[in-house]
Amino acid sequence: MSMSLQSRAIVLSIASFFAFAGLWQLLLPAGTGSAADMDPAYAALMGATAKGASAMPGPLEVGKQIWEHVLNPFYDAGPNDKGIGIQLGYSILRVLVGFGFAVVVAIPLGFLIGMSPLFYKALDPFIQIMKPVSPLAWMPLALYTIKDSIISSVFVIFICSVWPMLTNTAFGVASVRKEWLNVAKTLEVGHLRTAFRVILPAAAPTIMTGMRISVGIAWLVIVAAEMLVGGTGIGYFVWNEWNNLSITNVIAAIFFIGLIGMVLDLMLSYLARLVTYTE
Amino acid sequence: MRQAAEANGQGDMMRAVQNHQQEMADLEAEPEASDLESSMSRAVESAVMQGLFGGDMHRRAFLKAVGAGTAYAAIASMFPLEEAKAMAVEMAQAGGKLEKTKLNVGFVPITCATPIIMAHPMGFYKKYGLDVSVIKTAGWAVSRDKSLSGEYDAAHMLTPMPLAINMGAGSTKVPWTMPAVENINGQAIVLSTKHKDKNDPKMWKGFKFAVPFEYSMHNFLLRYYVAEHGLDPDKDIQIRVLPPPEMVANLRAENVDGYLSPDPFNQRAVYDGVGFIHKLTKDIWDKHPCCAFAASKSFIDENPNTFLALWKSIMEATDFASVKANRKEISKAISPKNYLNQPVTVLEQVLVGTYADGLGNVKKVPDRIDFDPFPWHSMGVWILTQMKRWGYIKGDVDYKQVAEEVYLATDAQKLMAEMKLTGPYGTPPKTTYETYNIMGKTFDAAKAEEYVESFAIKRT
Repeated sequence: MSMSLQSRAIVLSIASFFAFAGLWQLLLPAGTGSAADMDPAYAALMGATAKGASAMPGPLEVGKQIWEHVLNPFYDAGPNDKGIGIQLGYSILRVLVGFGFAVVVAIPLGFLIGMSPLFYKALDPFIQIMKPVSPLAWMPLALYTIKDSIISSVFVIFICSVWPMLTNTAFGVASVRKEWLNVAKTLEVGHLRTAFRVILPAAAPTIMTGMRISVGIAWLVIVAAEMLVGGTGIGYFVWNEWNNLSITNVIAAIFFIGLIGMVLDLMLSYLARLVTYTE
Repeated sequence: MRQAAEANGQGDMMRAVQNHQQEMADLEAEPEASDLESSMSRAVESAVMQGLFGGDMHRRAFLKAVGAGTAYAAIASMFPLEEAKAMAVEMAQAGGKLEKTKLNVGFVPITCATPIIMAHPMGFYKKYGLDVSVIKTAGWAVSRDKSLSGEYDAAHMLTPMPLAINMGAGSTKVPWTMPAVENINGQAIVLSTKHKDKNDPKMWKGFKFAVPFEYSMHNFLLRYYVAEHGLDPDKDIQIRVLPPPEMVANLRAENVDGYLSPDPFNQRAVYDGVGFIHKLTKDIWDKHPCCAFAASKSFIDENPNTFLALWKSIMEATDFASVKANRKEISKAISPKNYLNQPVTVLEQVLVGTYADGLGNVKKVPDRIDFDPFPWHSMGVWILTQMKRWGYIKGDVDYKQVAEEVYLATDAQKLMAEMKLTGPYGTPPKTTYETYNIMGKTFDAAKAEEYVESFAIKRT
């Protein structure tokens, strides 16, 4: 065999995808009812599930649904029914705004904490307490105090994505090599210049890692937040289809959520590669 | 009527809606409306004439010279006479200048919200000059919070919620009103198909039930029903709060044994083959209220004309929904993704009342769900007695005073009389209190405290 690693990986990927789809199709549970012993007038009032089909869709059904969404992503049929492209657009916009605010707050604050052991010790308990709080716990509080559902969801993204960036920035800044700082000191470089010319480049890869974790969390949070407040966005879409007990559409939405999450991560990892420099 | 509606820019509306409006106009021939229209157009015409020709003499001379018809045609070519007429009719219908025309009205996607939802696709809001966005809401708590925050101008709520908000039970205390009931009946107790042989509530000890919200008729009716069968709802069974679509999924997963929920999720459990309908709530208390159209007192005070127009459109939609012949058409109008997002078959079974019960029978109950907008004070008092009974409110309660503050029955009497609705519940009752017979027990709002005391199972 003379295939490159790359092409072997692609073959393996495709093979495992088909294995997964095949297994999915095989393991579909049977329906609960049966149509055979049903009066036709009665059967006409029943859904597919009750007639013996499964509530769980197969991979082909889901694929067809995804394709339908892709074919017509930007239709707008009223405030509660928009194409998947529009819904994803709303979600991405909210994530970028909330994440943007988090970047603006977390990186300077992280710098401060990383450079000053005093601040580090003083603020650490707060960070540790706030970090594990779930978005769903923040949401009612945000709705109640902010009194606006869109700002609330942006706030929840902000509050959930700020911590990984904060701790990573602080860690990155604190672990800049002492020798480099000493060199800067000997050369009598000013504080600001040290921060921008020495510490920032050295800590950049760690900061970028924090941002990658944060954007993942932000994307995770938006789905939960939108399911709760409704209105627009991919989270609302999931909720609306759940309301219709349409598992097919819920799975289709999961696919799109995963896809966008991956794209967001790839974009940040590309940025990370730009700022990382070899020693 | 139709002419005025078209001039309002309804020409681009869906064909189905147009058909419906034609039918409405043909069937229900609204004499007062067309009287209003013709008198308004005469008034507008003469106002324009007077504006164009200062003195009476000139006008008459001009009309005489060219003939009235030609004169109006000539004027219409340079002045938007038709639009002016339509606007005048619209303003007269709404009762004055609208403070705002763009409104957000929230709804939770269940059949109880039918009038609030259908008023959008079927043009009832538009008829009164309103541009309403009906916004789907994930649950009652969110609907309450969005209403409190002012994101919604008015909203679909459960009949106990305005009372609870007004008293500060389970939320901040804000003066709230309930101008209209949305639906009466329309709920059911559903049990998992594995309990097919347990049709007697006495066999339900240890069962787990779900209701959609604490301050709901669902909770109070389920508690009442099991208590009448000798079960203590807090000790002998468990009652959980679950959003309706999750009830069906939990029933399938066997996490709950049954629920008392709004439709379409009762019928949906049957449709999906996971449950059967044990009892329609109609059989517990016939014509019980369920959901409501609610608005804050401050919205009404700040936008009296807008509120009146909104109230009228809701009243008219509810009246339209109360006519059983319209129910098939309504099912189609509210089933799309933008509204309830449910199969039409399921909605039709609920609204028309010919349904599969989950045990192999096709049943015919045309008033399985019904629509009576009148917000009886006595209903408010009954709800408060149950809130007191189960400990949701404590201490002395002035039942009548609270009910009269929140439920706008007296105003509804006047409005309904003025609107001359034609449906089965269109004529306003003379009084705002009536007595009820609920599972053989009489309720008289005048003896509310005695009623609370009379129950064997209670928390007070």
